[in-house]
Amino acid sequence: MKSLWDKVWSFFSSIKLAIVIFALIALTSIVGTVIEQQAPYETNMKVLSKLVGTGLAPSVYKGLDALGFMNMYRSWWFMTLLVLFALNLLVCSIDRFPAIWRIMRTPVKPISPDQMKKMPIKDELSLPDNLNAVLENAISAMKSAGFAAKQETGPDGAVQLYAQKNAWSRSGVYVTHVSIIVILLGAMLGVLFGFKGFINLPEGYSTNVVYSTNMDMSDTSQDPQRASLMGAVDSAGGDFQKAAHLVGKSLVDFKKSLISIGVIPLDFQVYCDQFQVQYYGQSDMPKAYRSLLTVVENGKPVVSKWIEVNHPLKYKGVMFYQASYGLSDDLSNGRAVLAIRPVGGQTETKRLRIGDSFPMPGTNETVKLAEFNPALAFDDQGKPETYSKMMTNPAVRVEISGNGGAPVSKWIVQRYPETWSLPDGSSIGLTDFWGVQYTGLQVRKDPGVWVVYLGCILLALGLYIAFFISHKKIWIRVQPDKKGILLNVAATCPKNRHAYERDIEKLVKHLKGGN
Amino acid sequence: MGSSRFFGYSEMAYILAMVAYITHIAFRKKVIGVTATSLAVFGFASQTLAILLRWREFYHLSGMGVLRSIPLTNLYESIIFFVWCLMLGYLLMEFRYKNRSFGAFVTPVAAVALLFISLSGMSTAIEPLVPALQSNWLLAHVTMSFISYSAFALSFSTGLMYLIMTTEHKKEGAYIFWTVTLGIFVSVLLAMGLDYMRFHVDMKPDEFMKSFLFKSTYKNDSAMVQVISYLATAFLVFIFWKYGYALKKLISGFNLQSSVLDEITYKSVAVGFPIFTLGGLIFGAIWADQAWGVYWSWDPKETWSLITWLIYAFYLHARFLRGWRGKKIAMVAVMGFVAVIFTYLGVNLLLSGLHSYGSR
Ligand code: HEM
Repeated sequence: MKSLWDKVWSFFSSIKLAIVIFALIALTSIVGTVIEQQAPYETNMKVLSKLVGTGLAPSVYKGLDALGFMNMYRSWWFMTLLVLFALNLLVCSIDRFPAIWRIMRTPVKPISPDQMKKMPIKDELSLPDNLNAVLENAISAMKSAGFAAKQETGPDGAVQLYAQKNAWSRSGVYVTHVSIIVILLGAMLGVLFGFKGFINLPEGYSTNVVYSTNMDMSDTSQDPQRASLMGAVDSAGGDFQKAAHLVGKSLVDFKKSLISIGVIPLDFQVYCDQFQVQYYGQSDMPKAYRSLLTVVENGKPVVSKWIEVNHPLKYKGVMFYQASYGLSDDLSNGRAVLAIRPVGGQTETKRLRIGDSFPMPGTNETVKLAEFNPALAFDDQGKPETYSKMMTNPAVRVEISGNGGAPVSKWIVQRYPETWSLPDGSSIGLTDFWGVQYTGLQVRKDPGVWVVYLGCILLALGLYIAFFISHKKIWIRVQPDKKGILLNVAATCPKNRHAYERDIEKLVKHLKGGN
Repeated sequence: MGSSRFFGYSEMAYILAMVAYITHIAFRKKVIGVTATSLAVFGFASQTLAILLRWREFYHLSGMGVLRSIPLTNLYESIIFFVWCLMLGYLLMEFRYKNRSFGAFVTPVAAVALLFISLSGMSTAIEPLVPALQSNWLLAHVTMSFISYSAFALSFSTGLMYLIMTTEHKKEGAYIFWTVTLGIFVSVLLAMGLDYMRFHVDMKPDEFMKSFLFKSTYKNDSAMVQVISYLATAFLVFIFWKYGYALKKLISGFNLQSSVLDEITYKSVAVGFPIFTLGGLIFGAIWADQAWGVYWSWDPKETWSLITWLIYAFYLHARFLRGWRGKKIAMVAVMGFVAVIFTYLGVNLLLSGLHSYGSR
């Protein structure tokens, strides 16, 4: 009678379970790639309408939603599958480990001539030589092939040399399996103790919250709660303590309810000083973009760093990645950064709003910033237009007056310095239009990522051992007979047999040629 | 543009090599065999040169480091690289096993892939990299992924040949499996060919891929054409099922032992699997982590890579633990590569995702 424990154990150590889990993970994942995850309701309704027709789509949607397929990689049953998978792997490895351990620890032993004949790799040759010379030769041949030979003389006077190498490589499979468990553990640490969020931060603004990317966008029921909590944060000027007080909660509870609506509070403020894009030549294809971020803690700036794609900022375990950027809807906060160079004078920098004016040094002219265009282009009639939703070609129009007559109007374009010069030899350069772009940041905290990386290293190592290193054994039997010496070679290895066969051939050749 | 000239040479050479390899099977003349190999080697050499030249052009254009300028940034370049790896793998195998028959299966794949590029009017321009792609991890990721894809492609063809050779009658599961797979495969290729013919205009691959694929057939505006397309596919599958034994005769003429095919299938998987794990999954994850701060985001491309990986892990376990051999295991190898194709093309073409790579 098997005990319950035995039953559970054999259930989890079965390769059949592994196959079922593999199949379940694969099949459900396929569904997850067809249905867009965490997408708004309409997106997936569109997909489903295409697949099953508009009539069925709503009920299919409901069904799939009830089963958690709209956010399936975080659903309880998918997590369960992953846990089962890990358990299966663990139990399976533990179950087989003793046997493998024995194989790894068992020294090779001499084998009988019959056994030698049954080995997958074998050879036989006779040499007209004396026993000792052949033995010496064979030992050195084995040594150069990486085997430390042991020797035993049988009752019939035959001497057997035998050795093995890389017995430890049997552990490669287990390293592989353990690495997968390690990776899953690391991922779990990240889910439990970390977060993934994003924030669009305009130049000149700061934040101490980010928005979770794990929120299910199809669920809008939490909107009222969200409005009240965020309203409290706003009226408290970003101070969580005060905000908690406003809604009558403790700070801890307040932070918890923020997290529950997908708003993640940070322990510090992040300020976006500046955002810049660099383009390939005259094209609008970005070559690089970067933001200057400053972390402010307890009112004091602590770190400042330019971040760009593939070069994040890390502070207190929270990583800030440059992910995207865009143009704010409200352009009224913008300031033109001008480099003004009068004739024969020094360049001077000025920051001005649209509508401001300034006297051009050394002249009696007045320059007024009349207009800003984030993506200036001219249509067929030569009228200015805005050709893109991004700040791809920022330009300001200035009106210069003071020389009598009507004011002269001129576009100054940041990316085209030839537009900067004025007829009298002075120039007004536009070096930036600050305060209208936002930087899109991915924000992550993941204490498990190093565990995952460790797991990846183990995985690579384990696979390398499992596939490219093999446990090799060799036996050479040397028996004096009438004509001289009869030599039998036998060898086994579980992997890459052909390569090993060639090694053995070489060794045999060496034995033949060595006399 | 020096590179395109040499790409042209390699394309011609592979097509001629294909003809020669197939003729070689039919007539078994040594001269033809040597010609075929020489053509393949010549094609390979000029393709290598072309890739190097393009690399240099890209280097001068991008103004970035040598490694960053490796030409592996869009669908066009990745197909070229795939063909290069495939031919390299094949030529190594030809010299190792001293058997040319297999070339008749590999060179058509190479030729079709290159023709596909020419027919499609796919953008072959050298484009600079968007910031997210400027990463050495990405480079390692893409290079190794394609090396493993090529290994899997080999296992696919040997697995398929194994099935063709060993199945006996029409009611057998394995026979139905390979005829249906091959039938669908050919139909989809034909349908894509039609799309390309129809929209053979200078279009960006992105627009082309997403909005025109299967528009002349399965997704045509006219329901009639759609029905006809599905019927035609069914018919083609039927033809394959009905006359599949003709292929068997052809392949039996190759003088290949089925056990050798089984072994090559396994070896290719055994080479492809670790490379895919390291390059495809691990390096991909590291890159995503650096670029976006998410090492695994379950986007469709990643998920399909995982599915592919699971299928090949299944292959290894079924073979070693359940002792699966022969037809059963060959079917798994074939399915594995179907998943590879879907990961490589299907996700870009049919599903959307955050991977801008390849769909651009
Ligand atoms: C996707 C996850 C897995 C990977 C990547 C993996 C990888 C491997 C590899 C590479 C081998 C060596 C095969 C060979 O020599 O060609 C192996 C063997 C094996 N795997 Fe897995 N495996 C996985 C999941 C599992 C699971 C879930 C089980 C549990 C049922 C399992 C049980 C075994 C066993 C028992 C062996 C044979 C070990 C031996 O030689 O004694 N594997 N695995």
